[in-house]
Amino acid sequence: MLKRTPLFAAHQKLGARLIDFGGWEMPLHYSGILDEHLAVRSAAGLFDISHMGEIVVRGSASPEFLNGVLTNDIRKLQNRHGQYTLMCNERGGAIDDLYVYQVEAEEFLLIVNASRISADAAWLTQQLAAFPGRSAVDLKNLSADFGALALQGPKTAQFIDACFSSPTSQSLAAALRKNEITRREFLGRSIFISRTGYTGEDGFEMVAPAEVTPALWNKVLEAGAPFGLKPAGLGARDTLRTEVCYPLYGHELDENTTPLEAGLGVFVALAKGEFMGRSVLAEQKARGTTKKLVAFKSAEKSAPPRPDYPIWSAGPDRRPIGRVTSGTQSPSLGIGIGLGYVPPEMSAANSPIAIEIRGKHSPATIVPKPLYRKG
Amino acid sequence: MSASIPPDVKHAKTHEWVRVRDGLATVGISDHAQHELTDVVFVELPAVGRALLAGAACAVVESVKTASDIYSPVSGEVTAVNQQLLQHPELVNSDPYGAGWFFQVKLSRPAELDALLNPADYSREIGA
Repeated sequence: MLKRTPLFAAHQKLGARLIDFGGWEMPLHYSGILDEHLAVRSAAGLFDISHMGEIVVRGSASPEFLNGVLTNDIRKLQNRHGQYTLMCNERGGAIDDLYVYQVEAEEFLLIVNASRISADAAWLTQQLAAFPGRSAVDLKNLSADFGALALQGPKTAQFIDACFSSPTSQSLAAALRKNEITRREFLGRSIFISRTGYTGEDGFEMVAPAEVTPALWNKVLEAGAPFGLKPAGLGARDTLRTEVCYPLYGHELDENTTPLEAGLGVFVALAKGEFMGRSVLAEQKARGTTKKLVAFKSAEKSAPPRPDYPIWSAGPDRRPIGRVTSGTQSPSLGIGIGLGYVPPEMSAANSPIAIEIRGKHSPATIVPKPLYRKG
Repeated sequence: MSASIPPDVKHAKTHEWVRVRDGLATVGISDHAQHELTDVVFVELPAVGRALLAGAACAVVESVKTASDIYSPVSGEVTAVNQQLLQHPELVNSDPYGAGWFFQVKLSRPAELDALLNPADYSREIGA
């Protein structure tokens, strides 16, 4: 039996095509992946991300505990600020990539991948048991209690405030800068709103108690309708994040891949002191990695690259050098794009490569990330 | 749904259609199939001259999300392919029974047509 979010009935009512995504019955699309993708790039799209996990860590020792298990430096955060970070095992392999928000001085909200909720909760529980200050840390997996929405697109700041009837409070668009989080009342319940997303566009993510999530979904759809807001599914979410080269756990990241290999070194604060995976990551930083994540574009009109297709070197002595981890037809660019791992010595931008598609070699070029940039 | 099925085509259960004129069969995919696939972004067609067997995979249609095999509903030699689809794969969505055709076949076993579904039976098959 697939798990369902609080918005399952809303998706059915909108005529969504539903698919199994990591054990969740989720909308793939409503009006079509291309249509929804372009709506997010030009106006606004609303995604159900209720399947994602929420883990709350509280207590006086919580900053110290989290800084020992996460790669980024949590001490850089002020209250109501968040950061992208990773959680690694002893080998520096990614257990998950996530957002951590400092809601209050000693209260942190972790937004984790749906497919990793149990793995993350188990790992954090195990790490906490070995943490000397454990009596001053309270760890709660609240994933089942919350729904979540991602409102994404260049026009979202124009109507986000219309979703919350509190004339006394400052406009959210003005109050929230990138990666900041705040609370708002909705139907008498407190919800979190942050300015972040997974599409490369401006936007907001809302974490709300499951009971009010359907009402919030309807309210946002209604407020955004005059601005061209469309409900958008996981299909568009995937093409949007691939265009801006954001990793997806299970594709670019897994327990045998480090943040440095994935090109996420900027989120690994080696100088902050000891943390899980640090010694391996420090050595990789000094000596280099054996694989590197690159972005590529098809050089001519071709079938779209897909995950797991082999990547070949170009030229007379061509040989397999890696595999595609994410690939699709880019709705914004109109050509095939993808991400994949290759040896570092073959990862230079503008290098010609070939993608093997049904036994045939399709020419492509390694390009700088991101594949798509606004404007 | 059934209103959009032309009266002069027969369908395979795998959602390809065939229209026969003077022993020459034109093949494409149904309106139902294009709707299920969503936005078609690429079509790979068989080579002209290739001998096709009914029920065998002979083309590929790709949407943003997935690649799907196309099975020839009839046996015979490919006499023409729709070159327009290479530049305009979206014709499969906008005009599945017309400009979105895939290829033409010179029938080698015309009796195979009898096993294909008429418009009413195909409508029932897709629950329309």
